[in-house]
Amino acid sequence: MLVSFRRIIKMGWKEFSRNMGLSMATIFIMTMVISLATMLFILNPVSKKIVSDVEKRVDVSVYFEEDALEQDIIDAKTEIARIPEVKEIEYISKDQALEIFIDKHKDDPVLIESLTELGYNPFFASLNIKAWSPSQYEQVANLLETGSFKDIISKVDYYQRKSVVEKVFALTDGVNNIGLFLSVILGLIAILIAFNTVRIAIYNSEEEIATMRLVGASNSFVRGPFIVQGIVIGSIAALITFVITFALSYGLDVRLSSLAPEISIFNIFLSNLFLLLLIQLAVGIGLGVISSCIAIRKYLRI
Amino acid sequence: MISIQKVSKIYPSRTNQEPTCALDNVSFDVGEKEFVSIVGRSGAGKTTLLKLILANETPSKGNVIFGGKDVHQIKKSQLSCLRQRIGVVFQDYKLFNSKTAHENVAYVMEVMGADEREIQRDVPQILDLVGLGDKANNFPDELSGGEKQRVGIARALIHRPDVILADEPTGNLDPYHTHGIIELLVKIYSMGTTVILATHDKAVINKLGKRVITLENGKLIRDEEKGRFIC
Repeated sequence: MLVSFRRIIKMGWKEFSRNMGLSMATIFIMTMVISLATMLFILNPVSKKIVSDVEKRVDVSVYFEEDALEQDIIDAKTEIARIPEVKEIEYISKDQALEIFIDKHKDDPVLIESLTELGYNPFFASLNIKAWSPSQYEQVANLLETGSFKDIISKVDYYQRKSVVEKVFALTDGVNNIGLFLSVILGLIAILIAFNTVRIAIYNSEEEIATMRLVGASNSFVRGPFIVQGIVIGSIAALITFVITFALSYGLDVRLSSLAPEISIFNIFLSNLFLLLLIQLAVGIGLGVISSCIAIRKYLRI
Repeated sequence: MISIQKVSKIYPSRTNQEPTCALDNVSFDVGEKEFVSIVGRSGAGKTTLLKLILANETPSKGNVIFGGKDVHQIKKSQLSCLRQRIGVVFQDYKLFNSKTAHENVAYVMEVMGADEREIQRDVPQILDLVGLGDKANNFPDELSGGEKQRVGIARALIHRPDVILADEPTGNLDPYHTHGIIELLVKIYSMGTTVILATHDKAVINKLGKRVITLENGKLIRDEEKGRFIC
């Protein structure tokens, strides 16, 4: 048993090294397939990060009447914070609102000058509310309008932004769905390409497989070396992809850091280093072995 | 040892034409340590008969008995055991192109689970026997037709099978190499192995002077102890 196992490994390795041209072509295709799987793996957290960044920017603002007392607003804040749909609530006083405006527009002298000419603080105190999920904003807005503090509310800045908010969420949902759809389609294409490449490689050995059976080799003795070749090809392709991913994510990170500093592909790569290597090896070896087994099955019926 | 009992083989047509009858109610026995030649024109059914013995084809009717067992009742997973008792020589050699002459011959021993020492001892011996001791490390595409066939014979012989099936082993060879291969088969026979030789080479058969079974259009028309090739 052990002798056969050793022989199968030796034969698989010899077949691999003696058919270097075909082995290299299969490794090349496998590398592309594993790269695709890796790309989907890395792009998934990137797209999730983009979507969550967009979602973070959405909130409901409640502006209070000019004569509303700060204590009443803080009471309202406490009451709103009790609403289960509310995730985060932040109080911005009139003065803070002015500071934020000045800080934001300090490079625009016309705006700053007109504010000085106005002679008073035109901003309202407000509460910025974030809900747990996008669908809860409408409920929160409704609750605000029916709460005990409704008399001191000047306006709820949700209905004005409702269509924009809905569009943003439709877009993020779309990105997620398209991502999932593309992952499935590309994954299927990748599997088919890998399978057909291995199938063509084995098709060349059709006659030899038949001869092996006719000279008394058992199915497992015939199949074994092809599976070993599948494992070798899958592993080499996975390791090549790993090196390419390392180089690409580092290179892209340097270029993207000025565009989107909060998204670091290289960090995603580093924090998932072992998982990524495992996935790449699993995809490579899995595809190699499964494709070999399916492709060879047809020729073992002799 | 081998008993062909009322065997017929009909290949269905793929194009709505008449099915082809490759063998029609053929019966004969082959005893131990016998040299039998099966002769006939191309398409007479010689190769089909050998394929049936090897369980590479199933008969439409009849039975093929080998060592007391109907070979077509043997499970697919057990076929390798039957085939390990048979050595096959093919007209087109069917060598493994990515293996050297030594590895081609050693493959059969590896299949049978022989240990490495045995392989290293027996393979050079058998290659010497077929006159290829110095070509052990050559790949098939570095060998001539005659040399390839001698590797094929060495491969068929290495595990000391009960019977050797040789399907037109000289079909692709010139007269010089043909003579060498037939001499080798006779040598194997004289060492105690049953040989079934399928051929349409008149000169070979007439020179052998051994049992000849003649097939014509799938029918057995002659079975003579010291036969000759009669068209």
